[in-house]
Amino acid sequence: MDRKPILSIEQLSKHFGGIHALKGIDLHITAGEILGLIGPNGAGKTALINTITGFYRADSGHIHFMGQPLIGKSLHEIGRLGIGRTFQNIRLFKRMSVLENVMVAQKTFAAHPWKAFWGFTQRSAAVDEAMQWLHTMHLADKADVPAQTLSYGEARRLEIARALAGYPALLLLDEPAAGMNETETEDLIRDIHTARKWVKAMMLIEHDMGLIRSLSDRVVAMDDGRKIAEGSASEVLDHPEVQKAYLGDDE
Amino acid sequence: MIADHLFFTCINILLAWSVYAGLLTGSLSFAQGAFMAVGCYASGYFTAKMGMPMLPATGLAALIAAAIAALVGYPALRLRGIYLILATLGLTFCIRVLLENMEFLGGIGGFGGMKGGDLPKAAVAVALIGLLLWLLSISPLQRVFDAVREDDRVAAALGIHVTAIRLIGFAAGAAIASVAGMLYGHYMSFVRPENFDVTLSIYVVLYMVLGGVNNLYGSVLGAAIMTLLPEYIRFLADWRPTVFGAAVLLLLLFRPDGLLAYRPLTALARHGRTPLRSEV
Repeated sequence: MDRKPILSIEQLSKHFGGIHALKGIDLHITAGEILGLIGPNGAGKTALINTITGFYRADSGHIHFMGQPLIGKSLHEIGRLGIGRTFQNIRLFKRMSVLENVMVAQKTFAAHPWKAFWGFTQRSAAVDEAMQWLHTMHLADKADVPAQTLSYGEARRLEIARALAGYPALLLLDEPAAGMNETETEDLIRDIHTARKWVKAMMLIEHDMGLIRSLSDRVVAMDDGRKIAEGSASEVLDHPEVQKAYLGDDE
Repeated sequence: MIADHLFFTCINILLAWSVYAGLLTGSLSFAQGAFMAVGCYASGYFTAKMGMPMLPATGLAALIAAAIAALVGYPALRLRGIYLILATLGLTFCIRVLLENMEFLGGIGGFGGMKGGDLPKAAVAVALIGLLLWLLSISPLQRVFDAVREDDRVAAALGIHVTAIRLIGFAAGAAIASVAGMLYGHYMSFVRPENFDVTLSIYVVLYMVLGGVNNLYGSVLGAAIMTLLPEYIRFLADWRPTVFGAAVLLLLLFRPDGLLAYRPLTALARHGRTPLRSEV
């Protein structure tokens, strides 16, 4: 596996009024890896994903994705470059069916209104492809139910399927296991392993350390808008600063 | 007599559809009277003053209306909800004042000389535009519109150019309204800016709300009921605004999605499956 960074972030800062969510973050994601991002609530993990994907406008710093600068690009430009994401507070299109949620993300249609207008001629191919993603995420039997009727775990898996349907090079998962029970989390780990085949790299925000250990190739810990540790899962989790900032709070 | 009623039913169906086209992406427009006026005056100028045949005049007028919509829409469509409604209401006033002051279009005195608008042409327009809207409703573009309406930020993150999609819906609505304006002008053969009063824009929105906002058949039902009912139940004619208001009020209380809110058929056509439950 080559080791060139697919995403590199330099000195990224973001503040809201007096609150500094990101204080000069440096971070890179290498092609082929799953990067785990941990840290206590309010550490700036979601702010980081939101800034990468253009939901927030960075105050200063640089983000490069496969050689392209992302700062100043709009949401849809970043989406089309190949960054997919899920949301901490699940944001599905609730009124659409599960299948439609996946189909709306298919790039041929999402990026080309004219092709989308004539797209009913290629309907069955598009449906087949979308069903493949639902099979990958073990949601095929729910294809025709409205997305708002899904359970918590299913909704989170559907968000991943929707993100995958756009063939992103980089997939950013924001607390995919939040609120899941143990069985659901095990299913999720299995599905993320499968999803890995389809993307170049992933970044994973998670509080579930079991999931972080079993999925991440490398872990970065954040606290108070800064990166405080980086390395393998066990290195980072044993790091004194991490223990103090994150695990220490629980005990 | 009945041909007149059916003609105005067609006009109102087109106008209700013009609102529907904008609402597909979540933009509620109270400017359809203005776009109707643009279509009416522009096509009238082309046919009555320049001697152009009706079909190319209609096409050109629709392009002009769509261009104005795109121009105004680019900044305005960043507004949401009540602010967009106010902006489109403002546009209705602007266009009326502009027309009143354009002497080459007759100014406040009115503009005349158009002819040839009749029921068959209106019916063809309804059929063609209805066909286009139906094709849209079974195409993946409808889903893109739905996504923009439901959560524009998430839609954008999926690679959808939200502003462009909103402009398409808004400009398409303006073009449809301008066709209605063309038919209206060439039927009346004399129009004045006050024919395109703001109450017209409001009525048109109510037609669509009454019929149902999330499919194209609702607009047909709403426009037909509200055009034909007062004509055939004469005592209602004087009470039209009251009945209208009461009907909308009752509807919003008991069927907030309109009379025809269920969309199983289009869903079936779109991906060959029926959702197990209502999509709404």
